[in-house]
Formats: sequence, C-alpha cells, structure tokens
Amino acid sequence: MGATIIPFIIFTVLWGGVGIGLPFFVPKGPNRGIIQVILMLTGVCCWLFWLCCYVAQMNPLIGPKLDENTVLIMAKQWAHPIKTE
Amino acid sequence: MSRPLSFGHWPKGDFEGSVFDKFADMGSLFRSAEMTLCQLFLQSEAAYACVSELGELGLVQFRDLNPDVNAFQRKFVNEVRRCDEMERKLRYLEKEIKKDGIPMLDTGENPEAPQPREMIDLEATFEKLENELREVNQNAEALKRNFLELTELKQILRKTQVFFDEHEGGVNPTESMTRALISDDSIARQSTLGPVQLGFPEKQYDPEEYFPCFVAGVILRERIPAFERMLWRACRGNVFLRQAEIETPLEDPSSGDQVYKSVFIIFFQGDQLKTRVKKICEGFRATLYPCPEAPADRREMAMGVMTRIEDLNTVLGQTQDHRHRVLVAAAKNIKNWFVKVRKIKAIYHTLNLFNLDVTQKCLIAECWVPVLDLENIQLALRRGTERSGSSVPPILNRMDTLEDPPTYNHTNKFTCGFQTLIDSYGIAAYREMNPAPYTIITFPFLFAVMFGDLGHGFLMALFGAWMVLKEKPLAAKKSDNEIWNIFFGGRYIILLMGLFSMYTGIIYNDVFAKSLNIFGSSWYIRNTSIHLQNGDYTLDPKVTRNYEGYPYPIGMDPVWQLASNKIIFQNSFKMKISIILGIIHMLFGVTMSLFNHMYFKNKLSIIGEFIPQVIFLVFLFFYMVLLMFIKWFVYFANIEDKDFQVGTRCAPSILITFINMVLNKNTPFDKKCGSANMFDGQLGLQKFLFVCAVICIPWMLITKPIVIQRNRKKTAQFAVNHQQMQSATENGDAEQPMHNNTAQPPAMGGGGHGMEEEPMGEIWIHQGIHTIEYVLGSVSHTASYLRLWALSLAHSQLSEVLWNMVLSKGLKVEGWAGGVVLYATFAFWAALTVSILVLMEGLSAFLHTLRLHWVEFQSKFYIGTGYGFEPFSFEIILDSASQSKEEV
Repeated sequence: MGATIIPFIIFTVLWGGVGIGLPFFVPKGPNRGIIQVILMLTGVCCWLFWLCCYVAQMNPLIGPKLDENTVLIMAKQWAHPIKTE
Repeated sequence: MSRPLSFGHWPKGDFEGSVFDKFADMGSLFRSAEMTLCQLFLQSEAAYACVSELGELGLVQFRDLNPDVNAFQRKFVNEVRRCDEMERKLRYLEKEIKKDGIPMLDTGENPEAPQPREMIDLEATFEKLENELREVNQNAEALKRNFLELTELKQILRKTQVFFDEHEGGVNPTESMTRALISDDSIARQSTLGPVQLGFPEKQYDPEEYFPCFVAGVILRERIPAFERMLWRACRGNVFLRQAEIETPLEDPSSGDQVYKSVFIIFFQGDQLKTRVKKICEGFRATLYPCPEAPADRREMAMGVMTRIEDLNTVLGQTQDHRHRVLVAAAKNIKNWFVKVRKIKAIYHTLNLFNLDVTQKCLIAECWVPVLDLENIQLALRRGTERSGSSVPPILNRMDTLEDPPTYNHTNKFTCGFQTLIDSYGIAAYREMNPAPYTIITFPFLFAVMFGDLGHGFLMALFGAWMVLKEKPLAAKKSDNEIWNIFFGGRYIILLMGLFSMYTGIIYNDVFAKSLNIFGSSWYIRNTSIHLQNGDYTLDPKVTRNYEGYPYPIGMDPVWQLASNKIIFQNSFKMKISIILGIIHMLFGVTMSLFNHMYFKNKLSIIGEFIPQVIFLVFLFFYMVLLMFIKWFVYFANIEDKDFQVGTRCAPSILITFINMVLNKNTPFDKKCGSANMFDGQLGLQKFLFVCAVICIPWMLITKPIVIQRNRKKTAQFAVNHQQMQSATENGDAEQPMHNNTAQPPAMGGGGHGMEEEPMGEIWIHQGIHTIEYVLGSVSHTASYLRLWALSLAHSQLSEVLWNMVLSKGLKVEGWAGGVVLYATFAFWAALTVSILVLMEGLSAFLHTLRLHWVEFQSKFYIGTGYGFEPFSFEIILDSASQSKEEV
C-alpha cells in the first residue's frame, strides 16, 4: 500500500468542495437546481477520474521499460546521478 | 482551473434572458413544464389586439379548430391575401434596393403589430412607392433606349465617315477599300473578307453607279458572320457589306446587360435588292438608321445627335437621382415594414384557426399554455383588450382533456444546446425526466475521456471561449454558413468539452503527446550501476531505488510517456476506467427511471422493473467494478515471501474472474498462490450474486404482466357485480337501458387511462422484449463503454505519431538550416494538429459520446415519444422568415 494522504486530502477537499460545498452557495434563482446538478456532477466526475488514476498507480505491478539513452538522460535531468559501484 | 469562466457567463445571461423566468419555477428543466388546455373567448373587435399581445409573449400554442375548412374558405383569407400582396411589394422594393447597393438600416427594433386600420395606410404607402418606382424604372428604360439609339447613330455616323471620306478622296475604290478593310480590322476577319473581296472586283462599276443605294445599321457582334453569309447568299454576291466594331460595350436597356455591337453599312443596287436586304436586317434584329448621303447633312445630323445625347444625359441623371432618393427613403424603413407586415399576417393566420360562436360576436380559441404562465397570459389579454378599447374582458377557461400535452422545456442560451442534443433523439414524453441537465456535465466529461489532451483541449476551449465572449457580435452577423451555425449553436458545449479535455489531459499527462513532470516522477534511477538487457532497462517497482513507494500526485507518472511498455500499462488503466465510468453512468440512468416511476406513481414498475434491474446491474457489473478496486488496493509488487500471494504473479485477471463467475467455472491458478481468490469467501459470494441476478430475469419478465392481469380480472368482476346489483334494484324500470348506456362511457374512459386498452398478449410481448433488451443490453452496453478506452488510445497514439514523424524531425536538424526546417515542419504539424487531431478526432469523439448518451444512458429510462411545444410567437416567426429569405 503505497499512498500518501496529502494529495488524497487535497483532491477530495477540492472536488468535494465543488460537488458538495458550492451547491449550498448557489444564489436563489430560476436556475438554482440546474447549477447545483452541474456542480455536483462536475465534482463527482473529476474526483472519480483523478482517484482511479491515482489508485491505479498506487501499487504498480510492472515498471516502465526504458532504453539506454532515456535512462541516462533521466538520471541526469531528474537529478539522481548514477553511482558506479 | 479555468472553471470560473465556464460558469461565470451564463447565470447573468439567464437573468436578462427572459422576463418570464422569474415567474416560473425554473428548476423545471428537469421535467417539461406543466401544460393545460385552455379555451379562450375573445370579443371580435378585441381579438386582433389580444392575439397580437399573445404573439409578443410567445407562450401559447393554438390548435386548429377548423381543420376541415380549407385555406381559402376561412374567415380572414382576404386580410392574409392583402398581407401577401404587401409582402410582395416589399420584396420588390428590397430587390431594387439591393440592385442599387443601398445599405438597409437594421436598427434591430421590434415594432408592435399595427392596428388593422393602419394596414390601409401601409398598403397605400407601399402601393405609392411601388408605382413610383415602376414609373421611374419605365422612364429610365425609355430614356436609356433612346440614349442607346442615339449612341448607335453617333457611332454609325462616325464609322461610315471613314468610308465616305475615302470615296470622296477619289482614290481607286478597290484599293482604298482594301486598305480600309485591312487597316480597320483584325486578321481574324480576313476569312470573311475573302468572298467580299473576291466578289467585288469582278463587277466593274463606275464610281457613280457604285454608290447608288445603301443602308446603315447596328447589329450584335456575334451575329456578324452569319449575317454576312446570309447576305452573300441571298443577294448572290451583289451587295457589299462593310462593318466596324464599336469598341465600348453598350447597355441593353431591357435587361441591363452590357453588349458588344458592330456598325455595318451595306451597298446594293435596285429596289429588289433593297427589300431583300431590309428583310435580312430585320431577321437578324439589326437596327437600321437613316444616314444622309451628303457630307454636310451628315455633319449637321452628327451635331444634332450630340446635343440630344447631352440633353438625354442630364435627364437620365435626374431620373437616377430621383430613383435613388426614393430607394434611400424606403431603405430606412424596409426592415421595420417587413416586421409589421409579417406580424399582421401571423395574427390573421392565427385568427383563421379560431371558431366563430353562434352570435358571431365572439371568437373561440383552444390553446395549450404552461400552467405557470397563466397569469402572464391573462395580463397580456387584458392589455390587448385595453388597447382595442373593448369593454368586455376575454375569458380564459381551463379544460380537462385526455390528450397528451406538448412538451415544453424552458431553456436558456446555455442549456438549449444540450436540450437540442436530447431532442434530436426524441422529444421527451410529457413530464418525463429530462436527461438534458445531467448531460450538461456527463457529455463533455465522457467526450474528454476520449479526447484527453491538455493542448488539444486548450485549443478547443479557446475556440469555445472566443465564441462565448464574442457572442453578441457573432450572433448579430447571422451567417448562413451551416457549419458555422452548428459550431456557434454548440458554443457552450464546445467550451465545456475543451475545459474537461484539459482536465483529463492533465490526468493522462498528455500535452501534444508529451508529458509534464511538475511534481517529480515517482520513478527514478539512483544508487545503481544499471544492467542493460538488449539496451533496455526495466525499472523495478519492488525496489526503493527505482520506485518511491507512492504515486505521482496528479495523473499519470511522466515516466510512462518515455517507456516502451507505456501502452500495456495505459491500456490496463484506461480499460478499467471505461468500465467503471460506464457502469456508474448506466446505474445513474436506471436511477432516473426510479424518479420517473415515482412521479407517475407507478408502483408496479418500481417493484417489477426498477428493483430487479438495479439488482441485476449491481450484483454482476458493479461487483466487477469493486473487484477492480480491490485489485488496485490489494496486489502490489513485493520481494518478501509472506506477501507472495498478493504479489505480481498472483494478481488475477478481472475479466477472466468475471467470465468464470458467470460461467460458474473455477479459475486456474498458480500453486504457490494458494487460490485464485482475491478475498476469503469470494466463490461463495459470487455464486450468491449470480443466482440473485439470474432470479431477476424472470422477475422482470413476469411480475408486471401477472399483476396487470389480476387487476383486470378484479375490476371486471367488480363491474359485473356492480351491474348485477344495479339491474337487481332497478329491475323492470323502463329507464334501465338508458342508464346502462350512460354508465358505460366513464368505465371505458377510466380504462383508457392506463394500459388496459392493450390486450394481454401485447403486454406480455412488450415485457419480454423489454427484459431481453435490458439483460442483453447490460452486457453489450458495458462492452460499448470500452469505446472510451479505444478512442482515447487512438487519440494519444495519433498525436504521438504526429510528434515523432513531423515535429521531432524538424527539431533534430542542426545549424541555421534547422530554423528553416523547423519553421516548415511546425507549420505542417500545427495544421495537422488542428485539422486532424482537434477537428476530426473531436468530431469522432463527439459522435461516440452522443451514442453513449442516446443508447447506453437514455435507454435505461427515456421514452422520448412526446411532441414539442410550438408557441405562437412573433420572435420565432420573424426569425424563420428572415432565414428562409436569406436561403432564397
């Protein structure tokens, strides 16, 4: 189980806020109902989509297969220099 | 996130959108507005004003009360005809205005329909204008004809002068002739020259004889060769024709075209030839002009012609000025007049739908109106009555009816695009759940799942935002380009699709086929000497020196974009997410049907349809979704033995597990893993779920028909009992048969309410079809959602190919040439990106999304057998009139 709680909290609060919080603050008017539905669905869809992507990568069963150049460039650019043993 | 933009716009537009919105409970897009049939009694003298007010309001749909009466026998045929006539005159005026290229003033103002008595004034105005214009045109034409004749005469005098001069110069005629011919005309004419030249020298005329008789005239240039040949043949070469082109084109007064003409002069001898030549000229529509022989006469005539031409020019200029003045004056008002006339016509058309009552003092109308707008309609009617000065108020009565009312959804500029998507499948039945409000989000979202790319989404959102921001000026242009109108009509859809594509693009981590590494990849290479296999190196999720232990926080890890096994990894993710989204979408659709059943108080359908449907879907398919999540959570790559059972090698395939669950087979597994189960008691649970789902099928199939059958028997029994009791009490009563007759209809009426008119056999068949459709549909629809994966895969692959094959080629060229090559490749890449990836792929994703909504989502609850509300509204009438005009 490899997950950190921070992105989960951030995203849940963000989309939860859009989907659950904001609908309460929609001004009274003829379209209140529609706006609420829009906000709720937006929250649900975006949160679910993010969640699936996060959870799918949480416990990777396979790793990326890279060619030599990519490996070297990656090590250099992403600042993890290869130590020769 | 640019979310505020997407919402920032429309509530404002809404409030200014319709005055009547505030009266209506506008949550009502969820269901169509409640309608009622009304009867309307209008005083004859107030009818016109009242209908005019209703037309401005646009909330009433009138029914034709005399469908049997043909259009020519209705009461207000005359008025309609007068309007037609006025429209014709206006169209004539408009045509003339357009001919002169005068701009028509469109102030966009909307004049009220004029009073009937004003119609006469309008008619008189138009009549006067039309007559004036026609007269001016006639005069102008006559003048132009006159002008043409004089110009032609002028040309004749000028051209023939050359010839006469040469003759009087006393040169050898043949020679001069040849010289003249060669000098004044091109080589092209030499072919026709031949016979003339050949024919002429044979006859040896004295100069005096040679000049005996001639006619001069003007003929269309293209007729010359035929004319010449004809003359030659008919007169056996005894005439001599000379001609010269008039360089400037002349205007044909009747058609206004520019035509090229030639001057000709024919010499001949004798009266016989003269008549012949004249006849031929007539036949070729050449115009002959008198041309005096004496040079002095000719000169005098030329002078006269010149002065007359000058005079004519002044008169012609004045005529044109006058015409221009008339048209400019008319152009200021013409739009206004059109609106007025169309309104009058629409009113009389509507009045033709009404019935006259017996006393002829009152018109009776029947109309559908939204219940919530009744007050507005009353107000409008009162205004109309006041305006007409009538003392008797109109009466609006609600009527009871068994007919299905029309479906009326209050839309605004934001929601109407989405409503159109739904309506093009089928208009909702009256008061049925309307899918449009949910479509507003689910449509762009499912689209974006297929179209996910931050860059492409940004382009699309930019286009949508531009159309939304420039809405007013763009709408005012009223383009008749169909494709543009489709885009413009769907501007909010495009905007939302773009925004959602940007979001899914972030999650897929795709920007024009490249990834962003904002938060730092979770995969890295450190503290190792790497062992390459065939030049490749696979990062190992098991070891902390390759994998950090927790995923990239937002979306796909950027490392996958570089990996050669990217597709394997992404396919697994995208397929799962398609199924997850699909099943949730379908469950949502089934839930909608619950709201429908509840609203229509159809308890039987809830028990006999909704509950088994939900159980079937949840127990089989939603269970599969849960398995996916369990797999994601439980299984992980590890090196320790105790965790082997949840390791890479023991992770079961969800699809195989699911198939074996349905087929009731055991899944083969590795011995070391111990079992194929993901959790304890999985097999037992699966068996239970499967049995429950199977039970749901007969449940869906028979519950409803059996209950209906039983109810029918009961009511039949009841009716029989009731009748027996009645006949027992009133036995011997003479009135009894009549009583029975009157008692019958209500029973029938009550029966007509439900499905009881349908024979039982049909109900069984319907239910059978419905059940089979649902059961098979659940399987095929679930599979159908895999298109989300397929299109998204295709899109990302296509953009990757485009990057690798085009732009990266340009980026790899070194030196100054690289700049030039890059310039060209970027142009090519950008053009292909917009045309193929955004436009074509966008269109294809749009169509697939549409299908997912129409078929997979709406088939769960939507009937769509209603008919639309078509209110009598000036706005709609004027819009369609101006549109059809532009098409013509």
